[in-house]
Amino acid sequence: MAVATREQAPAAADRGVWSWITTVDHKRIGIMYAVAAFIFFLVGGFEALLIRTQLAGPNGTVLSAEAYNQIFTMHGLTMVFAVIMPIAAAFQNYFVPLQIGARDVAFPRINAFAFWLFFFSALFLYTSFLFGGAPDGAWVGYAPLSTQLTEYVRMDYYSVGAQLLGVASLAGSINFIATIFTMRAPGMSLMRMPVFVWMTVVTSFLLILSLPVIGVGLWQLLFDRNFGTLFYAAQAQGDPLLWQHLFWIFGHPEVYVLILPAMGIVSEILPVMSRKPLFGYAFVVFSGIAIGFLGFGVWAHHMFTAGLGPVAEAGFGLATMLIAIPTGVKIFNWIGTTWGGRLKLTTPMLFSLGFISMFVIGGLSGVTHSIVPADTQQHDSYYIVAHFHYVLFGGAVLGYMAGAYYWFPKWTGKMLSETIGKWHFWITLIGFNLTFAPQHILGLDGMPRRTYRYDAGLGWDGWNLMSTIGSYLIAVGVLVFIWNIIRSWRNGEPAGNDPWDGRTLEWTTSSPPPVHNFDEVPVVHHVDDFWYRKYGIDEDGRAVKMPEVSGGALTVDTDTGGEDGDADAHDIHMPSPSYFPIIASAGVVILGAGLVFISSGAIGFGLLALGAIVSLWGFMGWAGEPITKEAH
Amino acid sequence: MVSEGAVVDHDFEDTGNPIHRVRKTAMWAFLGSEAFFFGAMISTFLLYRNTIGDGPGAEIFNIPFTSASSFVLLMSSLTMVLADNSFQKGDQRQGRVWLIGTALLGTTFLAGQIFEFTEFVHEGLTISTSPFGSSFYMLTGFHGLHVAVGVLLLSMLVFFSLRGRYSPDGGMNVELVALYWHFVDIVWIVIFTVVYLLQI
Repeated sequence: MAVATREQAPAAADRGVWSWITTVDHKRIGIMYAVAAFIFFLVGGFEALLIRTQLAGPNGTVLSAEAYNQIFTMHGLTMVFAVIMPIAAAFQNYFVPLQIGARDVAFPRINAFAFWLFFFSALFLYTSFLFGGAPDGAWVGYAPLSTQLTEYVRMDYYSVGAQLLGVASLAGSINFIATIFTMRAPGMSLMRMPVFVWMTVVTSFLLILSLPVIGVGLWQLLFDRNFGTLFYAAQAQGDPLLWQHLFWIFGHPEVYVLILPAMGIVSEILPVMSRKPLFGYAFVVFSGIAIGFLGFGVWAHHMFTAGLGPVAEAGFGLATMLIAIPTGVKIFNWIGTTWGGRLKLTTPMLFSLGFISMFVIGGLSGVTHSIVPADTQQHDSYYIVAHFHYVLFGGAVLGYMAGAYYWFPKWTGKMLSETIGKWHFWITLIGFNLTFAPQHILGLDGMPRRTYRYDAGLGWDGWNLMSTIGSYLIAVGVLVFIWNIIRSWRNGEPAGNDPWDGRTLEWTTSSPPPVHNFDEVPVVHHVDDFWYRKYGIDEDGRAVKMPEVSGGALTVDTDTGGEDGDADAHDIHMPSPSYFPIIASAGVVILGAGLVFISSGAIGFGLLALGAIVSLWGFMGWAGEPITKEAH
Repeated sequence: MVSEGAVVDHDFEDTGNPIHRVRKTAMWAFLGSEAFFFGAMISTFLLYRNTIGDGPGAEIFNIPFTSASSFVLLMSSLTMVLADNSFQKGDQRQGRVWLIGTALLGTTFLAGQIFEFTEFVHEGLTISTSPFGSSFYMLTGFHGLHVAVGVLLLSMLVFFSLRGRYSPDGGMNVELVALYWHFVDIVWIVIFTVVYLLQI
């Protein structure tokens, strides 16, 4: 069933750097998110290697204490805000409209604005290395450490940078909510949506409700540092604990923001590669929603050593145990999906299985945190570092890698190499476990996290060396991945529309899809609607491939009878490119820079004035510009 | 006619007016987020309500004065409804009068707030006096900022309407601004109750 990729012959205006800068196409924005996230992944990974090199043996001398504090803080901020959140946004941008049968997101220009704001804010955060030093108070930014030393602007960068990244994410989330609730194809009821779309809904709600809380905390931090407010000033009876509450009311939902899209991706891949429908679709969906709700009620399990009192600790401990139930439901559903299926052990499937097994390990060590006395021992030790890397690397990153292998054909029209992909998987899996499994033992042996060196003879040397070797192995895995991308992009196997025998709507259109996604808006009758168009069920309840109707018309839903497909496309008005979103976002980031340097007088006010002018230009131009220009 | 709905209207010709639905969904999501923003600041204020250090506490509030300015802000919700009603009936001329009225009432409220802040500073309450001062000014200040943004949006609506560029399908829409304006008013009812009236 080799369906040739329909060669689009884009007009000159559709190519070149300018077309990417002004694009409002959700697919291009998705690709830009992916590229940006991958670049920051390399940067954050480099920082991780610096950390591991410093800790390879006792009394490391690679980094000074000052440099180490900046590097590990930036590693955390980068990986959370500039890698995992945007890579999730990349998949969501590209595939949510395709999976619900829409032509674009609800607000294409807000979408572009959100991307550029994210990208500029992350770059802005990195300019801190040049101007005054990078944030050095950990990604949690605990007060009063973060409110001290106001002669340095480091934690101002933290406050403003996280604030801006939050605004970008907020804009993106509102966009997804509006898109999913109002722009689904006819027949695509909520309970027919792919699980990945459902997880996007849950993630978006978590973000719009948790980001404003950390937003308040970050403003208070900035005001305390620059304007003399006393929110976290213990000497004036301000309460530093307030920061911990505000941070973790955001921070705990945030960890589900990082993992739920990966869970959605895996829920897409497992049925396809097991040739079975997802086991207990409704259960998986409602478990995701339950995780979202419970995720707002467990934040204080990050604060068991803060002295909240036995009642609060018991309550939050119980809530934390409770959240293991919907998570466990999902894991059993995934296992049930593969059970008895005719498995295709492709690279996306391997990464998905890797996701499940590594996430189970991370989840189990997570449950140990709900037992308050045990958590008190584990708190701020390497055991915690091991735990959250098992869920965030072994979970989220493996999940997004699975998504990359699964959807790369749709992005580019080419398959990623399976052989290199399997090397990538095994090197990554072994390297990952070599890095982080020993850290459980280190933590239980008492090695504190965020420490830049340790003495010999504490029994930590061997485990640390092992961990460092593992981290280099992960780096090798990343290089293999890059090689795979470059090689496959150039001369990969052509993918066709539906390389995996997929079940969801994105596989009905060409690879890569045309600008308007679908020539004809699909009408949906089932969960996994595309599968039902390809397969019937015989008397024994077995799936039977239906004969292809007139030259693969079933798989090429977009090709309405060959040549005149383009005639249809002519009537579809897509939003016109616009350069106002990038200007507006640049203006907002300059405003942010002004806030960072507000205590330095002229520089700060100059930047504020410049930022106000640029963002006003961007927003006013945006407001006055029609979305689809008449002259076409 | 050209509008942001161009992307969606092909898909949803039969489901009423989709542009409104899309925008209103987004607006409600945004207001939900705003509710948590103010919720976090109100919580901070409640935490520090009695943490007054050596400075003045809640006794410096002038309840009659703030009640009057609160009444002004509440009345602006009424004029906002009348404006929305006029625009829905297509009477932009009448609608503009109500929009200007709403903006003026909002400005009056802001003037009252500036007066009140000045008074409090004279009586010795600044953002650096005590956590109580910090949280009071942050909460009411951010609310004032929201009122100011609302006044700006109302003025833009009047401007677009005068220039004949107003359309219910446009990005600047009376219904959406009304949603925002009512939200800001409701938040003030909570703030007025919790900050000024509640004695704990």
